[in-house]
Amino acid sequence: MTKYTDIPITGYRRDNGRVGIRNHVLIISVDDISNAAVEGVASLIRGTYALSHPYGRLQFGEDLDLTFNTLIGYGKNPNVAAAIVIGIEPNWTDYITEKIAETGKPVAGFSIERTGDLQTIANAARKAKEFVHYASELPRVPIDWSDIWVSTKCGESDTTSGLASNPTVGRVFDRLEPLGNTMIFGETTEVTGAEDVIMKHCVTPEVAEQFKAGFDYYQDLVQSQGTNLMGSQPTEGNIRGGLTTIEEKALGNIEKMGKCKVVGYLEQAEEPTGPGLWFMDSSSAAAEMVTLCCAAGAALHLFTTGQGNIVGNPVLPVVKLSGNPLTVETMSEHIDVDVTGLLRFEYNLDGAADRTMEMMARTINGRLTSAEALRHEEFVITKLYRSA
Amino acid sequence: MKKGILLHEADDDVGVAAMDLTAGEVIQAVTLEGEPVTEITLVTDVPLSHKVAMHDMEEKKHVIEYGAPIGYASKAISQGAHVHTHNLKSLRWSGKNQIVEHHKD
Repeated sequence: MTKYTDIPITGYRRDNGRVGIRNHVLIISVDDISNAAVEGVASLIRGTYALSHPYGRLQFGEDLDLTFNTLIGYGKNPNVAAAIVIGIEPNWTDYITEKIAETGKPVAGFSIERTGDLQTIANAARKAKEFVHYASELPRVPIDWSDIWVSTKCGESDTTSGLASNPTVGRVFDRLEPLGNTMIFGETTEVTGAEDVIMKHCVTPEVAEQFKAGFDYYQDLVQSQGTNLMGSQPTEGNIRGGLTTIEEKALGNIEKMGKCKVVGYLEQAEEPTGPGLWFMDSSSAAAEMVTLCCAAGAALHLFTTGQGNIVGNPVLPVVKLSGNPLTVETMSEHIDVDVTGLLRFEYNLDGAADRTMEMMARTINGRLTSAEALRHEEFVITKLYRSA
Repeated sequence: MKKGILLHEADDDVGVAAMDLTAGEVIQAVTLEGEPVTEITLVTDVPLSHKVAMHDMEEKKHVIEYGAPIGYASKAISQGAHVHTHNLKSLRWSGKNQIVEHHKD
């Protein structure tokens, strides 16, 4: 293993100063009925990716805002070199196009009304080809670790998550914090039982209050539905694996924070405005959470798993860590970083963090993650309530 | 000395079995940093990834892991014993979705 500090890292420096580690040309669908055109363009032009989804029509209020902010966030993400936006109506298409254009990257919008799918595809494909030429000539340049925005989430957790993979991410974050990295964690419901600890990590009482308000809002929402998530935590599987209480599960989850201070609270898909660790209000469902991290601007994701969650993302490379020997053996194609050696006393937490950062460096430099190679391209917009 | 128990924090009340442990074994507990902390004689079997008591604990005492309370001892617990649902309860929720009490640090 090469020490991560000895690996020179490179990336794509965008006009707005952000650094990406991938160089996608995205074809973004504004709404469900524009998916066919988006997929048409992507099938014609090599090096493009169709970002299609089932929403965008007759949504309203915060729910509409979140869908559009997610699409805009994907276009703005530094792993994207250029974007085509296709929608049925010109006004929403233009809105999303203009927001992405604020980054300075090439972006063009096309609307289908008064044109039809086939002519729209022809027009957009011609522009997409131009963007692919542009993107494919962009050079990778030397970058610093601090340039990389890193997000994290755990899934299919078990006791090895709290014991090995989550503390490993925490140690990586402890190393990145003093460098000035921007980092994101969240999972509003899964931190139940450790919310007091997160509040103590908050850099100011105001941030702690914002976090608590977001946390309480979700608790109230769950209770207003006549349900109680807490009765189901920890799960039967968790208990078989040795977890006893909801506090214990939550404390294991937030090991991913390391000793970092929480510098701010983000709404779903909101972009951080400075360095440090940010808490983002987010679902604990893997694909939704990773999608929100990508929309907020993360360039690299550390995903820890116990029993073997296999999630990926089309734009945000997901590096998967596991400390469960059975998962590493039976689902090896999904695991990028094996930290089971921690449980065999082969190395300590710093050794596990070294292994992780070595894989981060290789991923930054272009190595496809397991999820990328396996075409795990889950793009899941968080829906807040039903459409009109 | 056989290493077999991992501690999140050196002064936690419970450690985690890094392998299946058997009653009667003398096992070294080490931190995630790799620092040896103490030796524990197992008084019960403890399966991989389940918890072991680092010292005797009185009933109702808060049980500390990760440097924070993960619940309270619902009965007295001996050093080297398995700590799980039979002797550790949440400070937040009982088995039937009831709030027991809000935990205090």
